[in-house]
Amino acid sequence: MENNNVIKVAGLTKMFGDFTAVNAITFDVKKGEIFGFLGANGAGKTTAMKMLIGISTPTSGKATVAGFDVNTQPEQIKKTIGYMSQKFALYDDLTVRENITFFGGIYGLSREKIKSKAAILIDELGLENVANKLVGSLPLGWKQKLSFSVSLIHDPKIVFLDEPTGGVDPITRRQFWELIYKASHQGTTVFVTTHYMDEAEYCDRVSIMVNGKIEALDTPKKLKERFKVDNMNDVFLKLARG
Amino acid sequence: MSIIVSNISKSYKKVKALQNISFNVKSDEIFGLIGPDGAGKTTLFRILTTLLIANKGAASIAGFDVITDYKSIRKNVGYMPGKFSLYQDLTVQENLQFFATIFGTTLEENYDLIKDIYIQIEPFKNRRAGKLSGGMKQKLALCCALIHKPKVLFLDEPTTGVDPVSRKEFWEMLKRLQGKNITILVSTPYMDEAALCDRIALIQDGQILEIATPEAIVKKYSKAIYNLSANNMFELINSLKEYKHNHSVYPFGEFVHYTDCRPDFNPTELKVFLESKNLTNIIIERTTATIEDTFMELSK
Amino acid sequence: MKRFIGFIKKEFYHIFRDKRSLFILFGMPIAQILLFGFAITNEINNVDIAILDHSKDAATKEIINKIAASKYFSIHQFIEKEDDIEAVFKKGKVKAVLNFEKDFSKNLIKENNAKIQVITDATDPNTANTISNYVNAILQNYLKEQNKSSAQVYQIVSQTHMVYNPELKSVYMFVPGVMTIILMLVSAMMTSISITREKELGTMEILLVSPLKPIQVIVGKVFPYIFLSIINAIVIVVLSIFIFKMPVQGSLFLLAMESVLFIITALALGILISTISATQQTAMMISLMGLMLPVILLSGFIFPIASMPLPLQIISNIIPAKWFIIILKSIMLKGVGLQYVWKETLILLGMAVFFIGLSVKKYKIRLE
Repeated sequence: MENNNVIKVAGLTKMFGDFTAVNAITFDVKKGEIFGFLGANGAGKTTAMKMLIGISTPTSGKATVAGFDVNTQPEQIKKTIGYMSQKFALYDDLTVRENITFFGGIYGLSREKIKSKAAILIDELGLENVANKLVGSLPLGWKQKLSFSVSLIHDPKIVFLDEPTGGVDPITRRQFWELIYKASHQGTTVFVTTHYMDEAEYCDRVSIMVNGKIEALDTPKKLKERFKVDNMNDVFLKLARG
Repeated sequence: MSIIVSNISKSYKKVKALQNISFNVKSDEIFGLIGPDGAGKTTLFRILTTLLIANKGAASIAGFDVITDYKSIRKNVGYMPGKFSLYQDLTVQENLQFFATIFGTTLEENYDLIKDIYIQIEPFKNRRAGKLSGGMKQKLALCCALIHKPKVLFLDEPTTGVDPVSRKEFWEMLKRLQGKNITILVSTPYMDEAALCDRIALIQDGQILEIATPEAIVKKYSKAIYNLSANNMFELINSLKEYKHNHSVYPFGEFVHYTDCRPDFNPTELKVFLESKNLTNIIIERTTATIEDTFMELSK
Repeated sequence: MKRFIGFIKKEFYHIFRDKRSLFILFGMPIAQILLFGFAITNEINNVDIAILDHSKDAATKEIINKIAASKYFSIHQFIEKEDDIEAVFKKGKVKAVLNFEKDFSKNLIKENNAKIQVITDATDPNTANTISNYVNAILQNYLKEQNKSSAQVYQIVSQTHMVYNPELKSVYMFVPGVMTIILMLVSAMMTSISITREKELGTMEILLVSPLKPIQVIVGKVFPYIFLSIINAIVIVVLSIFIFKMPVQGSLFLLAMESVLFIITALALGILISTISATQQTAMMISLMGLMLPVILLSGFIFPIASMPLPLQIISNIIPAKWFIIILKSIMLKGVGLQYVWKETLILLGMAVFFIGLSVKKYKIRLE
């Protein structure tokens, strides 16, 4: 069981001067789990995630991601994880195929591997007709799905999603979640940070951060039972309002 | 009628942003435009606030035509654009004063209108707007839009990117504005906010799918919806999609929302089918439709 | 009116709270003027030269002494044969070699014709040109003295006299140019950026959906920059007078008025740029490429218009900076009054009216 945890965090802390952005957080994430990392803007989500993906050094505490220490092996972490953010996803001025090739190249995939990956990916997303079109010309929902698939191109053990599905229509959004379920089914751990509470309902487990601390961590169902409410939004409201 | 929109169409080059949009908003009503990014909400707001001219159709705000009487409209409406972020380098106080002066009024003149909101941000009145939290910025922006006591308030996605607590407070403020002779047209991509409006229009790809009260919209959903869950979400969705009688299969939080084509649908039969797919812990139970279900059904 | 004052107040808040822009606004003119005044110059001072003297007689000695005594040259070394010339240049320090022919004095006295070869390092053509001119001037000077002592020799010596800038001080040329650039930059670029910033922030939508008239918004945005540009103009003039001893022969009042006229033209251009660009970045690019480069290249500031190809000469006429530089030079250096620059002033005025008209017309009361 212990070995099944792909992310292990113990007392992770980040200070900026006197300000404690992340205050001794502790949690584990299992292999293949969809883990929701929730919190309001400024609660410390982004800071915590930056430490986990190896681009920010913790002030104190320990964390391992896919078996690598965030303090000493950030480069190995970067190789074994995928990352997708709504802010930066793909290059609008490259075609679908060029984007896939480029990101495949970044992760050191061989030429043949990229070619076969691209073919599978384009087929799965039904992008055959637009494979040679600029990504900028695609609808937002398509871009997000493509961006997610590209973040999985090197078969990472864990994929980090930073507020992935804001603003798309409900159907596209569900198609996106179906992709996430698929990745999780295939053994990829999915770590989602978001402040959209309805997105939390889709996760296996969620943690809710308030002012740098994890105030709750459980399955959405149990959290709703505990707070006697019927959606995650109200769970959050109860937590944040004390 | 406070807002009358009839047959508005607007195209940008090849893209049809709006196609034959018509609706009316009564005085003192909170009317919600619900739809995803790119549905045409912002274009519609810009046409109604006289910033754009429609290719076709007509609209009037508080009795003024959006094209010929645009000057009168500009005196009588309050507007919070989608990406509106105030002047980051001015303080709360300076922002308010600026908007008061350009509308030829003062903070004191309509103080009772914004009082409820203003007292929440007053402790920070000497702080720069850029240093405020998302929720505080939203409140300040609302104050600025209300400062001249507009007849109609246009709020384009006021709660996008704002945390749940601030969203809730924001809607509470809007509710309080009702009964003060202000008509509110608000847009949002969050389906759960629709229930807070008096009436809503569901909009996608430049077309209105439905206009009604939130309750009526949900009632219009004719099919029986079932909540399904099982030990493996991915296999469950795939199996349901294979099931030949399915009408719709949508992941919905911890469940899958399922509807069947047949009027005499038997859940037990489905359970047997799912068990044959090696799924366990299967739960099938009736549930009620949400606005999101309706939206997906209508846009299918 | 109250609305308008409120608007201007807000603009000043923006300007004074943006420390970086403020620094650019006032630091740049000072830096530029000092840079141009001290570092970039056409004058030569203490240029190292080498001498190859084949005669070593009285005349060459006197000429060499004259050259050595001048502040323009310092004699770096004497070489003995032609073969050394190239080697000396290759070392890079020496910029010119003077090669006196054999029997220089004898030839000069007997045949009235002695030869001296001036070899310059033309990798920097401007300096090379200046060096040879200066050497010639020294030689002419020497000849003149010789002719004075021996009355029988008549020789026509061409004499150049530089008026208005007798010492050929390059700062006299740069001050009007720099002033033009700065005023153009501050007025056009800063206004276009500040207007597009409101577009980017989305506040422009609010301003449009308000009872403010378009003209109030434009003038409100522009007014603070008129004020700042005038301060900048004053700073530049004061700096050039006190640090570089730049004369202002003409009327300061006329100078001020002409500057205001140019500032207004530039502001109108700034507004025009803001109407066609959606982001601050585009506005900046257009201002730099579309305004700065023509001002630097085609206004006659650095490259004389008269020596440009005809098409460029024609294009230079539509560049407001060209006329402003002419006006500035006339007032500052020649000390003339309006009666001599009325034509240029009229052209500038016409441009100002045209650009203001165009930008007011192009400024939209709606978003498209």
